[in-house]
Amino acid sequence: MKDLIKKEPDSNVATVESTRSGTTYVPRFDIVETEDGMTLYGDMPGVTTEDLEVRFENEHLMIFGEVKSRHDGREHVYGEYDIGDYHREFQVNQKIDTEKISAELKNGVLVVHLPKAEALKPRKIDVKAG
Amino acid sequence: MLYTRWQPFGFVGTEMNRLQHEMNRLFNRFGLAESNDEFRVAPSYPALDLWQDGENLYVEAELPGLELDDLEIYVTGGNELTLKGKREAPVVEDGTWHRRERGFGNFSRVMTLPHNVNAEKVDATLKNGVLTVTLPKLENSKHRRITVKAS
Repeated sequence: MKDLIKKEPDSNVATVESTRSGTTYVPRFDIVETEDGMTLYGDMPGVTTEDLEVRFENEHLMIFGEVKSRHDGREHVYGEYDIGDYHREFQVNQKIDTEKISAELKNGVLVVHLPKAEALKPRKIDVKAG
Repeated sequence: MLYTRWQPFGFVGTEMNRLQHEMNRLFNRFGLAESNDEFRVAPSYPALDLWQDGENLYVEAELPGLELDDLEIYVTGGNELTLKGKREAPVVEDGTWHRRERGFGNFSRVMTLPHNVNAEKVDATLKNGVLTVTLPKLENSKHRRITVKAS
């Protein structure tokens, strides 16, 4: 199960470029696997559900988020971070019940649940006394 | 260490680079490494951005997963803003963690503001994991244009 989710390609592999200018950030994720499936928690502050796209295709989970500027007309005095869009992809090497994938966004945290296909769930077999 | 995101793709792609980057950040904090302009990384959490207009200062911080109740915000001495809080990790009964990139724990940050502000009228909103603290500038602290008369 170690290779369940593969690492992203190295930086010298050409990555997908955005048609919008500006910086694209890789949001940080926690991923946990249980008997029922996998749950991903991603920090994507500033994203709204309208500007978020989550897709599952060919065993790839793709996450795109667009972040709009929040201080138009104000003078920027001091900054320790910049804002930008989010993009991250995960390869999921496991059979997922795609119909039942769910995602929710709350307080800038995206939670995606990928339920395992029924056939893959561990099953306890009752052993009867003969 | 609490972070909300990584540097863009081009900068930090491999695990090794990321480690190097974290090391630089650590050393920079203690003034041990040469400054690297390519990485403008915040020395402590949360990273802050400051904006202003004629009336207010706006301090912004990215605090995903937090509610206003998890935060303590106060202004002391007219121009010192303190942000305190705790970020709790999600509770998962049993399962295997494949990745743990997000940080959790207590944080506290003090920022000296460039103007004296009215501590009574400070307003804070937390929307989509972004905190905005609006601090009205005190009258005597606002810029005043001085008319220069020709003699």
